[in-house]
Amino acid sequence: MMQWETVIGLEIHTQLATRSKIFSGAPTAFGAEPNTQACAIDLGLPGVLPVLNAEAVRLAVRFGKAIGAEIARRSIFARKNYFYPDLPKGYQISQYELPIVGEGRVEIVLDDATVKSVGVTRAHLEEDAGKSLHDDKLGGGGYSGIDLNRAGTPLLEIVSEPDMRSPKEAVAYARKIHQLVRWIGISDGNMQEGSFRVDANVSVRPRGQTLFGTRTEIKNLNSFRFIERAIQFEVERQIDVIEGGGTVVQETRLYDPERDETRSMRSKEEANDYRYFPDPDLLPLELDVAFIVDAVADLPELPDARRERFHIQHGLGEYDASLLTGSRDLADYFEAVVAATGEPKLAANWVNGELAAALNRADVEIAQSPVSAAMLAGLIRRILDQTISGKLAKQVFEAMWAGAGDADQVIRAQGLRQITDSGQLEPMIEAIIAANPDQVSQYRAGKEKVFGFFVGQVMKESKGKANPRQVNEILKRKLAGDP
Amino acid sequence: MQNKSIAEMAADLRLRSYSSVELTRHYLERIARLDPGLNSFISVAAEPALAAAEHADRAIAAGTAGPLAGIPIAHKDIFCTSGLKTSCGSRMLDRFIAPYDATVVERLAAAGAVVLGKTNMDEFAMGSSNETSYYGPVRNPWDPTRVPGGSSGGSAAAVAARLCAAATGTDTGGSIRQPAALCGVTGIKPTYGRCSRWGMIAFASSLDQAGVLARSAADAACVLDEMAGFDPRDSTSADVAVPDYVDSLDEEIAGLRIGLPKEYFGAGLDGRVAASVHEATKELERLGADVRDISLPNSPLSVPVYYVVAPAECSSNLARFDGVRYGHRCEDPRDLEDLYKRSRAEGFGAEVQRRIMIGTYVLSAGYYDAYYLKAQKIRHLIADDFQRAFEEVDVIMGPTAPTTAFPLGAKMDDPVAMYLNDIYTIATNLAGLPGMSIPVAPVDGLPVGLQLIGNYFQEARLLSVAHRFQRATHWHLAAPEGFQ
Amino acid sequence: MSLDASDIEKIAHLARLAVAPESIERYAADLSNILELVTRMDAVDTHAVEPMAHPLHMSQRLRPDRVTEPDRRTLLQANAPLTERGLYLVPKVID
Repeated sequence: MMQWETVIGLEIHTQLATRSKIFSGAPTAFGAEPNTQACAIDLGLPGVLPVLNAEAVRLAVRFGKAIGAEIARRSIFARKNYFYPDLPKGYQISQYELPIVGEGRVEIVLDDATVKSVGVTRAHLEEDAGKSLHDDKLGGGGYSGIDLNRAGTPLLEIVSEPDMRSPKEAVAYARKIHQLVRWIGISDGNMQEGSFRVDANVSVRPRGQTLFGTRTEIKNLNSFRFIERAIQFEVERQIDVIEGGGTVVQETRLYDPERDETRSMRSKEEANDYRYFPDPDLLPLELDVAFIVDAVADLPELPDARRERFHIQHGLGEYDASLLTGSRDLADYFEAVVAATGEPKLAANWVNGELAAALNRADVEIAQSPVSAAMLAGLIRRILDQTISGKLAKQVFEAMWAGAGDADQVIRAQGLRQITDSGQLEPMIEAIIAANPDQVSQYRAGKEKVFGFFVGQVMKESKGKANPRQVNEILKRKLAGDP
Repeated sequence: MQNKSIAEMAADLRLRSYSSVELTRHYLERIARLDPGLNSFISVAAEPALAAAEHADRAIAAGTAGPLAGIPIAHKDIFCTSGLKTSCGSRMLDRFIAPYDATVVERLAAAGAVVLGKTNMDEFAMGSSNETSYYGPVRNPWDPTRVPGGSSGGSAAAVAARLCAAATGTDTGGSIRQPAALCGVTGIKPTYGRCSRWGMIAFASSLDQAGVLARSAADAACVLDEMAGFDPRDSTSADVAVPDYVDSLDEEIAGLRIGLPKEYFGAGLDGRVAASVHEATKELERLGADVRDISLPNSPLSVPVYYVVAPAECSSNLARFDGVRYGHRCEDPRDLEDLYKRSRAEGFGAEVQRRIMIGTYVLSAGYYDAYYLKAQKIRHLIADDFQRAFEEVDVIMGPTAPTTAFPLGAKMDDPVAMYLNDIYTIATNLAGLPGMSIPVAPVDGLPVGLQLIGNYFQEARLLSVAHRFQRATHWHLAAPEGFQ
Repeated sequence: MSLDASDIEKIAHLARLAVAPESIERYAADLSNILELVTRMDAVDTHAVEPMAHPLHMSQRLRPDRVTEPDRRTLLQANAPLTERGLYLVPKVID
């Protein structure tokens, strides 16, 4: 059996969070009535001209800095010429030879907690196209409807090196870029609305071979699950083709999530000849130092740096640190809890444990969490001062999640305060010892396992409110026969 | 009335010697009577023109009138005018009503100008004879069997025939200067970026520039004063202060250094045209100018370079005409490809299709470096030639076109022969420099143009040199028979 | 550089122009003549020359990120050959 190696590179189109379009003053909001957000420029009417949106440039510069890339002091807009109904001018304004963002790198954390560096070849600014809608009723049948609201929306196309070697790595990289663009506030990353779309270039080659195999491009993957499934399918398909004596054809393919397969896009089959040339309507984009400095001045601490800091400053493991830097909101939340409690490990356990599970169940973002960082810190403080046990704390958390108030309110209302008063515990324990002479004998005969039985009895009697450490201490003393 | 200068008309209107409504009616009457023989207008907007004239009369009476208040002009049909058809001389846009005004149109309207209509032109400004128009050829008022030049042939003929006080034009490779020369009027193509391209239907974006055709340099200055200036809607618009062109008309010629490029007087130039041009430069010498020979060694390559750059840009600029959002759409398309191919083949004429194909070819994979990139490099050499020349001289002069107006149909079957008409005008577009054409001594009763080329943003100097020449000569005053 | 009928067909397809079979030869001849004119460029050594894409040495101006264009769909679609429910209609697009 031949050993195959998968080679994957991704092109990610992320919509930049501007109010107006990249070359016009039309709004970019999602979901408007067809063609109500497409102005004369977006429609490519005769005589209109593009003028570049400063904010799109600023956001691209932020991304470049975030991946440690060189920001081009001079970049050029080019026209990519092809005919398609959702492309009003017959060309897309993009960047070709001189993109605004040069080579950079990002680190991805794999399942086994190893860190892999993935190269970003470039990132360039371009305009989005419109949408074709298929509805058999349109025009009495046989027509597609064109909505150009999305035409001219600013995109940053982020092109990776072919550095990924498995569908899982590709997903980790896509997630990383997704995390980053939201982290630095350049995109909402909304995949349902098409703000974050992935094209995957996939090829296979015999392990050990240095030359790349023929690649196919899977277009417009709009969920992380689809990225993984589509690539997985495509890898298997390519291997089947080659092992069956065939050759892989370089082509564009589409992933069909319902059938879980990729298929050739017939309409894009003909060899494209995009006839790129510098757009004569736009001049070279020249950025001065002041613009770049200003664009990145308020760039937050980046996820990799923060992960590293969580590791060093808070003593967290790679896995916890990586989870807690999944988004900026989450990392901020965690640090707010740490600041209020001084207990990073406990905070990490709670944020990555109960809180993450609850968020997941309710399918909400950290920003919408009903339990705020202050509330979680309040809960942790009550664990630390032994007002409640860790076990009861989970009960308190659930009540807080359900809207029953902060930790102190819940503890008071439900009478969950831990019994730490030895004057209350000692008689309870004495009564249990008196009621179970057989077990006492066994214990004293050296059968130490019986100790657990006594702890259980105390907890049962106290309805879980007895302080476990105190229970242990008093039990040991009383069973030993001391007063 | 129609022979008065714009300054005289403006003074008359202010003195109420006649009203703008009367002046406008006068021009509309001339258009109705004389234009059927010329075909210089695609659309005449009588009612809106009279309404604008009335408005101008009121503004004049109220003392709030702009500098061109009540002056009847015409726009080349390449400038978008809201509410009035903008065809660009093409079947493609035969029913297109722009939802906005071009900046040039807006500015002239703000100055009070009255728009009589839209002038005929080569289809999408591609042509040097006005014969590629979907609306039929324009005839030269000096000899109706001859072409007026192109692509702003309608504007040139209308000005020469006194059917408007002045007209706008556009110049991509000589489209203002060559028809100005062939029709015996004054035309100026300003520096690239001087007038906004917003709302001006693009042919070749890095070469296109709006300008004026008028009966004199002084008239052209009046109009250009109102047209020129920075426009934030055009990324290629120059944010450079605009001097008052009328105020600077009387600058002295004495000491002016004029360069005659030897490449502009070689084979292909009609000897009689050369003689006429030399006679004009002698006149300028008499006025105190210092005339010397110079060289623009790469200028013979301007035609080949242009026929790569301009078609490349046009092939892309005209891709938007696909029958979907506006413009001609074929009947009963079988499928999407059929919609595109037939709408475009039916909507565009032969010359436009030729240029789209040339442009598509020179940009296509495997040919880009040999054609497009090579042309952009030689373009640099051509621009450098001019800068070297401007170290020695202030203005470059030569013929505008190699011959006088040629008969209709003479070059329609030979695109290359047609292209060589622009051999002296193209280089200025490639470099982005301002250029002008003014009438000098005619040959066999047909007008001849003297071309003036200045350095970047030196329109004021060109206009003043032309004005000084026109004060000393009378060629620009001549009107064609039947149109006096 | 001389173009033949198949070149013309290829170019016309890229440019989405329907060319009548009887016009192909004519286009081939015209375009070949134009390219012949263009090949005069070959005489110049442009090895060390920077290409010039714009006449003026200016850089791109930036526009503030403001919404300035209101919805004018009705006006903008007045020129459209075929619309329905605000959509531009084209023969069915097959992906």
